[in-house]
Amino acid sequence: MSVYETLRHFADSWFLLVMFLLFLTFCLWPFRPGAKDHNQAAANSIFEGQDDGE
Amino acid sequence: MQAEAALGRIGLWFALMFLAIVAIVAAKDSGFAAHATIVAAVAFLLVLVSAARFDPLSSGRSFFRMPDGPDKYDDDPVRWGVLATTFWGMAGFLAGLFIALQMAFPQLNIEPWFNFGRLRPLHTSAVIFAFGGNALIATSFYIVQRTCRTQLAFPSLARFVFWGYQMFILLAATGYLLGITQSKEYAEPEWYVDLWLTIVWVAYFIVFMGTIVKRKEPHIYVANWFFLAFIVTVAMLHIVNNLAVPVSLLGAKSYGVWSGVQDALTQWWYGHNAVGFFLTAGFLAMMYYFVPKQAERPVYSYRLSIIHFWSLIFLYIWAGPHHLHYTALPDWAQTLGMVFSIILWMPSWGGMINGLMTLNGAWDKIRTDPIIRMMVMALAFYGMSTFEGPMLSIKAVNSLSHYTDWTIGHVHSGALGWNGMITFAALYFLVPRLWKRERMYSLRMINWHFWLATLGIVFYAASMWVAGVTQGLMWREYGPDGYLIWSFADTMDAMFPMYVARAFGGLLYLSGAIIMTYNIAMTLAGRLRDEAPMTETPHDAQADRPLPAAVPAAVPAE
Repeated sequence: MSVYETLRHFADSWFLLVMFLLFLTFCLWPFRPGAKDHNQAAANSIFEGQDDGE
Repeated sequence: MQAEAALGRIGLWFALMFLAIVAIVAAKDSGFAAHATIVAAVAFLLVLVSAARFDPLSSGRSFFRMPDGPDKYDDDPVRWGVLATTFWGMAGFLAGLFIALQMAFPQLNIEPWFNFGRLRPLHTSAVIFAFGGNALIATSFYIVQRTCRTQLAFPSLARFVFWGYQMFILLAATGYLLGITQSKEYAEPEWYVDLWLTIVWVAYFIVFMGTIVKRKEPHIYVANWFFLAFIVTVAMLHIVNNLAVPVSLLGAKSYGVWSGVQDALTQWWYGHNAVGFFLTAGFLAMMYYFVPKQAERPVYSYRLSIIHFWSLIFLYIWAGPHHLHYTALPDWAQTLGMVFSIILWMPSWGGMINGLMTLNGAWDKIRTDPIIRMMVMALAFYGMSTFEGPMLSIKAVNSLSHYTDWTIGHVHSGALGWNGMITFAALYFLVPRLWKRERMYSLRMINWHFWLATLGIVFYAASMWVAGVTQGLMWREYGPDGYLIWSFADTMDAMFPMYVARAFGGLLYLSGAIIMTYNIAMTLAGRLRDEAPMTETPHDAQADRPLPAAVPAAVPAE
């Protein structure tokens, strides 16, 4: 098999799986137990401090 | 020490000017010579500025306004960026109106510099890279400092990013008028301008990343994720798509390393992800900061914003082949592009819903706050164009819509509606804060801007839908003898009323931007317009009292 074909088969099998699992992990990460407070704090972090104009 | 540094600077600019003059003399073509002249003129200007501003008693930093200490946000590049956004917006909208009129009235094609072929890339680059790019640089510098609670890293590099980017715009814009182009849509500048942009962009990445690294806030707010994705991806796209070999180191012409269908695919991998990461990820970063700030409510769901982010990152990069339906591109690649485009619909709408629902419990602000009104309209158009895009990417639909004005209408509902409106809202948010004013000069003028822009987009999108479907149907209509019924000139003739309606829409949009420019100028001048507020809850003193004691019914006389 040529280098192109080897890479091509790797890309549409194992690497596709790896990317899909990474995607799922990243998307599910904020839903891990105990993340709720962290998300709330992050969403509200932009309102802390007198940060306008200075 | 000061004097040596100043002399060194002058010497550096002088050397650059000298090199540019050598390049003018040795240039292989007039376009390269013209650009070398611009570089020499800018270098000469910098010699003058360095010499004139040299004051041994001051810190010698006045022209570039370096920050005095670390206890204040470094907002001067943001202020320049706001002004540059306003200026380039006006230039880009005006160029757009002019080429729209050229389509309706071809007599307006003024050869050779102002014909449609040269002004069209001037318009697209002015609105995307000059207006949009300056808005992205300004807002990213503003937001990253606030969300990281720290001053911008590498202040001198940040100044280089701003001024270097203006230099890129100047060289690109003049190049288009002179006919210098490598004929790649949205990547027209030739090799030396591409190299310059690469340097500026790497500096931009270093400033942005440096600020994140020295942040005082433990969490990196989601807007910064979007900005970082935008900066990194655009760097990658720009470098790969513009790989080219110049014919001469002193000439403008180059040949790309890609050819044939590989070139087409690379170009649209670039082109579509310029939409995905420049015009979407970057502007979503603005949305995720300015909408919650203006509504004074945290984003509806922080989790959803993270899913939105990763979905765009993982999906967008594959959607490019939908620009090449029914071409020499392998069928599987076209289908791949179509499928990923359709999948993209959901995360995009997730993001739109996230932005709109941030107003949950504050919907009344749409009635009273014209800036919120603009943000809501921007999100509505984000949703509309991210529905229309996947629909147009379906092969069957694309066979009708491709190469017609429907595509132009789709692009403008995204660009005018989403990018334009969210940028105007960001400008209205930033100007009073950056120049320490109580509010914008006039809130009612913002409202006028909102309605002019909205009506302009309606005229634009509706006329282009009609034009596109008409074109598509006329191009594919066969008679009983198997010949095409319409010639291309017939379809052009049929477009005339739609092209006039489109130009009228553009005029409305430009009028709104003129009102914004006036409003910003007056705000900078420190004026407040005496006007009725957007909403009033009148107080009726007569009614504001307890009910009178009940009068006993009169007893009839005996």
